[in-house]
Amino acid sequence: MSILALRNIAKCFGGNAILKGVSLEAEEGEFIALVGPSGCGKSTLLRIMAGLDHADGGEIVISGREVSSVAAADRNVAMVFQSYALYPHLTAGQNVAVPLAMRRLTAVQRFPFIGNLLPGQRQIRADIQRQVKEMAAALKIDHLLDRKPGQMSGGQRQRVALARAMVRHPSVFLMDEPLSNLDANLRVHARGEIVELHRRAGVPTLYVTHDQSEALSMADRVAVMIGGTLLQLAPPQEIYDDPAHIDVARFLGQPRINVVETRMDASGVVRFGALTLAVENSAPRDAAVMLGVRPEFVRLNGNPNGTLKARVERTEFLGSEVIVHTRLDAIGEAIVAKVTPVEASVLSDGMPVSVEIEPDRAMLFAMTGERLQARTVAVAPTLEKAHG
Amino acid sequence: MASIAMDMPIVAADRREARIAWLLAAPAITLLFLFILLPTLAVIVLGFTDFELGYGGFRFVGFENYAELIGDRTFRRSLWNTAVYTAIVTPVSMVLALAIALLIEAETRAKAFFRTVYFLPVASLLVAMATVWQFLFHPTIGPINTFLAEFGIAGPNWLGASGTVLYGLSIIGIWQSVGFNMVLFLAGLTAIPRELYAAAEVDGARSWLDRFRLVTWPMLGPTTLFVTTISIINSVKVFETVKTLTEGGPNKASEVLLFTIYQEGFVYLRVGYASAMTVFFLAILVVLMFLQYRVLDRKVHYA
Amino acid sequence: MSAHSLSLGRILRFAILTLGALIFLAPYIFMISTAGKAQSEIFSSSLTLIPEQWSYVENFTKALSRVSMLTLLLNGVIVCAMIFVVQVVVAIPCAYAMAKLKFRAARLMMVLVMLGLLVPIHATALPLYVAFDRLAVLNSYTALVAPFSISVFAIFLFLQFFRALPDDLIQAARLDGMSEIGIVARVVVPNAWPAITAFAIFSVVAHWNDLFWPLVVVSNQDYATPPLGLLFFRAAEAGDDYGALMAATLIITLPLVAAFLIAQKRFVEGITMTGLKG
Repeated sequence: MSILALRNIAKCFGGNAILKGVSLEAEEGEFIALVGPSGCGKSTLLRIMAGLDHADGGEIVISGREVSSVAAADRNVAMVFQSYALYPHLTAGQNVAVPLAMRRLTAVQRFPFIGNLLPGQRQIRADIQRQVKEMAAALKIDHLLDRKPGQMSGGQRQRVALARAMVRHPSVFLMDEPLSNLDANLRVHARGEIVELHRRAGVPTLYVTHDQSEALSMADRVAVMIGGTLLQLAPPQEIYDDPAHIDVARFLGQPRINVVETRMDASGVVRFGALTLAVENSAPRDAAVMLGVRPEFVRLNGNPNGTLKARVERTEFLGSEVIVHTRLDAIGEAIVAKVTPVEASVLSDGMPVSVEIEPDRAMLFAMTGERLQARTVAVAPTLEKAHG
Repeated sequence: MASIAMDMPIVAADRREARIAWLLAAPAITLLFLFILLPTLAVIVLGFTDFELGYGGFRFVGFENYAELIGDRTFRRSLWNTAVYTAIVTPVSMVLALAIALLIEAETRAKAFFRTVYFLPVASLLVAMATVWQFLFHPTIGPINTFLAEFGIAGPNWLGASGTVLYGLSIIGIWQSVGFNMVLFLAGLTAIPRELYAAAEVDGARSWLDRFRLVTWPMLGPTTLFVTTISIINSVKVFETVKTLTEGGPNKASEVLLFTIYQEGFVYLRVGYASAMTVFFLAILVVLMFLQYRVLDRKVHYA
Repeated sequence: MSAHSLSLGRILRFAILTLGALIFLAPYIFMISTAGKAQSEIFSSSLTLIPEQWSYVENFTKALSRVSMLTLLLNGVIVCAMIFVVQVVVAIPCAYAMAKLKFRAARLMMVLVMLGLLVPIHATALPLYVAFDRLAVLNSYTALVAPFSISVFAIFLFLQFFRALPDDLIQAARLDGMSEIGIVARVVVPNAWPAITAFAIFSVVAHWNDLFWPLVVVSNQDYATPPLGLLFFRAAEAGDDYGALMAATLIITLPLVAAFLIAQKRFVEGITMTGLKG
């Protein structure tokens, strides 16, 4: 049974549709990264799940309960905010204790001075203290408990925010770009820690980020959202290798996937350079399509008689690899290749090259962006030559 | 040798810059001495003399003026009245200002309209508006008592009776200062990060009161402290309404500190004695500022 | 359910705000209403706001004839303008020197400024009055303006503002060959407009409304500022002619209130900025 389900969530802000019917389900103990460019609606979706914003339509089910009309306080979701949102007037320990005190003590018991005199609250308070200590030990922030957020570093604050979210064993864990305020080194380190904490706690986690490497490296499944629509939800490898939409393919991967426009003939066959692909979908034939190939699957060689002639425009040396920008002679499109330094050593700016695409790695998309399933048609090179 | 040669032009440039700095600051420094430091010192010195304007000479009398102050019933009355006025105006105007600021902040429409209305008294000439209030407070023809009469209540002679005059003045004081405190609170409220409220909600702060206690009130700490200090100081400086409406009367029931100083110094021309009072007044301000800067400051700034 | 209680809360909030607004506006409403009523109607003590018999012309004529309102307003404008201009001209170079130049005395100046912030005109009035009396400058614009020529608050405010200006900007201006005075006039001042407007509003509101100092140094109607003039008017007007009195208060209140209503956003921003920095 899914522990968290979103069904057809829609949201408008002043006539602009921010979320256009988003559905998503998370399994027990799953880590889902919600990734997309800024403004795609991912943070809004998170806030709706937390109960901080209200959806205009759709259902939110947490642990089998429909919670659309339940207040944030009663949903038992925890959230880590981008700015950590620690209460600056409270110490780290007090910050971590807030969610427990809010739930376990009544309003009267929490009242200053008077609350301390009421019967029964002493036991609860001691219990809260014990839990805070345990949580602090687990996150190695014991030594910070008496400090206020203003006296802590960014990394320490982030841990306190995590502790505050985890201390009450929520049924869902929401994180809104929790690493974006850390410096680069700390960020990579914190990734590993969050994954580790998640594994130990086993609470389903929704992690919003705009950083694709964070999403791919941390999550069990990655959800790519663009323009208020969830385009694909799949494990990292799958979503990278087998994107369901051109925008997903474009969003993931550095440098970006190469896309060229070409045509599918009446029999559903696409020919591009040495490639021949047969479309298996029932897409309309004899139409323009997009062909995409990731830069690491583009080969360049100095043979000037290849089928796809191009010219090297510029190379970027990145240490372990080299990014080569070329332009196709025939149609003037740019093609980027990611090659090893050895391969690049023979290339120079302005040099004519021929481009080869790994046949099984080329992907076809309809002009509307949907993926077209295609299979490579093996064509004997001799036959090709004879015809040409 | 080389290093000296390198340093020389830098030292010269520094000197030139320092000279320009002095030049730019000179008018300010001169005027500061002339109109603030010197007169302040003078008032302290004059407090130890029996100087009276119109008489040529004066002599130093030590603490005689201060001894006289302690026994001076008018001065004691005046201190007491100032304290009562401050004790009414400061808390009431702050609570009202905070309440209005919270209501306006929560309201989405007509924010600017309400802000303008409540702020209007701050931009109005107090002496003129005090005159209007005098009419409102008029025992027989004033709208306030006419209004009360509709309900069969016989309104008091607000500004004319020694029992009510301070309350009347306090009402004017509150009316006049709420808007100022309100805009400061509004600025404080807008500065609170929205994410803190979101965190409070997720953490289980269900009601408005919970969120107010967990986020709003502590985050407003610096603003509240500042508004408290400035409200107290402004209340202690009450003068315009008293001078315009009551002249300290009836029967010294509305004598306040600055009015007493004004009477002694500029009407009776007993400069020495009035200076001693002024020193007292200044001491109150210093203590208030000191409290703000040192004692409370640490408790409300979290950085 | 929640939407319903929400709207109920909103209605309540709106009602409270509106009621409060009416109470806060009441003095203005009665001022405008009473300024148009005849003496007899005022004394009938009714709560009707619209005058039965419009006596605006009569009351305003009375108000304008007893004391020269025009002189008062003009004096107010002259005094406030002079004070503001001198304050800014004195404070800006000083704040610049403290913020951006290698100025040894900057720390000492800072102490003096903080001390100065503590001392209101009420504290220095006695010695200044004695001195002005000796110099025979009482009853003059000089007497009204001089003590306020230095505003430590202005120095304080501009100092904070200038510190936030990037040093690179000043360095670039120097490389472009500007003198320090030139930098102040052509780089610093244009960038300090928000602070200058905020201070202008603060200064004008404070000095337009000030009664204490004009009362001390001016006894001659020719130099009276609006608050003092109104005091004279009240004295001349043996008390109970509220129609004329309200007409006079209306005339005197109007300029600043009008300025506020026209530029109310600036006003509130200015007061907030100066308020919080002070």
